[in-house]
Amino acid sequence: MTNIAKSENTDMNMSSGPFVDVANTPKQQRAPKARVTAQNVNVFYGQKQALFDVCVDVPDRSVIAFIGPSGCGKSTFLRCLNRMNDTIEGCRVEGDIKLDGQDVYDPKIDVVELRARVGMVFQKPNPFPKSIFENVAYGPKIHGLATNKTELEEIVVTSLRKASLFEEVKDRLHEPGTGLSGGQQQRLCIARAIAVSPEVILMDEPCSALDPIATAKIEELIDELRANYTIAIVTHSMQQAARVSQRTAFFHLGLLVEEGPTETIFTAPNDKRTQDYVTGRFG
Amino acid sequence: MGGHIVASFDEELGAIDRLIREMGDLAQDMVSSATKSLLDNDVGLAQRVISDDLSMDDKQRQIDERAITLIAKRQPMAQDLRAVVGAIRMASDLERIGDLAKNISKRVNAVGSGVMQRKLSHSIDTMAGLVRAQLAGVIDNYVGRNADALVTLRADDEKIDVHYTAVFRELLTYMMEDPRNITPCTHLLFCAKNLERIGDHATNIAENAYYMMVGKQLPVHRPKIDETSISGDPR
Repeated sequence: MTNIAKSENTDMNMSSGPFVDVANTPKQQRAPKARVTAQNVNVFYGQKQALFDVCVDVPDRSVIAFIGPSGCGKSTFLRCLNRMNDTIEGCRVEGDIKLDGQDVYDPKIDVVELRARVGMVFQKPNPFPKSIFENVAYGPKIHGLATNKTELEEIVVTSLRKASLFEEVKDRLHEPGTGLSGGQQQRLCIARAIAVSPEVILMDEPCSALDPIATAKIEELIDELRANYTIAIVTHSMQQAARVSQRTAFFHLGLLVEEGPTETIFTAPNDKRTQDYVTGRFG
Repeated sequence: MGGHIVASFDEELGAIDRLIREMGDLAQDMVSSATKSLLDNDVGLAQRVISDDLSMDDKQRQIDERAITLIAKRQPMAQDLRAVVGAIRMASDLERIGDLAKNISKRVNAVGSGVMQRKLSHSIDTMAGLVRAQLAGVIDNYVGRNADALVTLRADDEKIDVHYTAVFRELLTYMMEDPRNITPCTHLLFCAKNLERIGDHATNIAENAYYMMVGKQLPVHRPKIDETSISGDPR
């Protein structure tokens, strides 16, 4: 399955423009152009191998969901995409991961700049112990994205708007971010991530600490964000993966078992392991 | 396929499947009895078919309720989702088959006088046999989860359609021969139409059962037999 997905994308990249035989490719099977490509990714934690030859593409301006049981390697893989695994001692990543064709693991690459291009939202909302405004302004400040105060304010307001939070916090921008509700804090973290104009946003179970209403708001937000960003999300909720993503990848025991259009994965998956997992018959 | 982590989920799916089988058995019985009651002018048998239809309706409502509860409680995925949605659709087709069988039985009183002349009813008897076999085949292959056989059966519906056209012409001929045949032949014509519709519902069931098992829709147009393009086709 992985190979099929990979070859489709390779074909499309090579023959961009009028030469793509779009008419003869079923719409469902066509993956959009890839923003991030991963080939033969192997990850080791010390002696233990956590991922085996993972090949997957993250398509541009769409949402890909990574699903699988705990310990299957989905979060490990997500963290490879912006080198968050660098901070874990004994973690070794092999294989090719490219962002817009550029090797993410190139020693010359500036990791701080990479993480601005590939933002991340975590399971538990983790705002800085600063004001709402400062939380969002921090990134643009350290990356020098604003030349003056007005520009900075503009970035903060736009980011809060994009994260669907501005209306709720516009009268208390200088109050602590930690004083917001869980769902608002998570949207603040999303605003903080998009303030530095990333290309890709990684989300590691962004709703698992939230109530259903806050979850619905985040899901709605993810759907809006995909117009401008490429999003990869790890989730334990299959319904959530089915709702928010266009493509879904199923991991099991460090292998990428199946990757394909979300409708296919949840209505008629090809691999028996995927079928067993999504229907709740695992183990 | 292994059992579900939540055992009661499998039980709930199993209960829905059992109801579909029961409806399938009942539908076969109703179709056989309905035609027999009309051809033999058996009022008692006709009454039984009419009361069986209430049981059929009740089972359909049970399936709907169970399926909706299961979706709300368990959010089924993949094959389970297909099984639940398939059950709702199949139950609706089976319920319609029950209605059509009931409609055939209701004609027994209307026809009224004695046993139908064998000459008139011979070809409709054959058609009823085809429809019964079609329905039985579809139900058996749903129960036995035999997807390939369902594809063949679906194509076989064409034979029923061809036979229906033949019955139509034959009954017209009898009516032209002797105007006293008009009343019984008209009833038989409605009966033939109902049987043809039952065949269509059996085809729908075959299509739904196939999707449920395989996860792919059969092509919209099934292969056609050439003989059907007869001028004066009553459909």
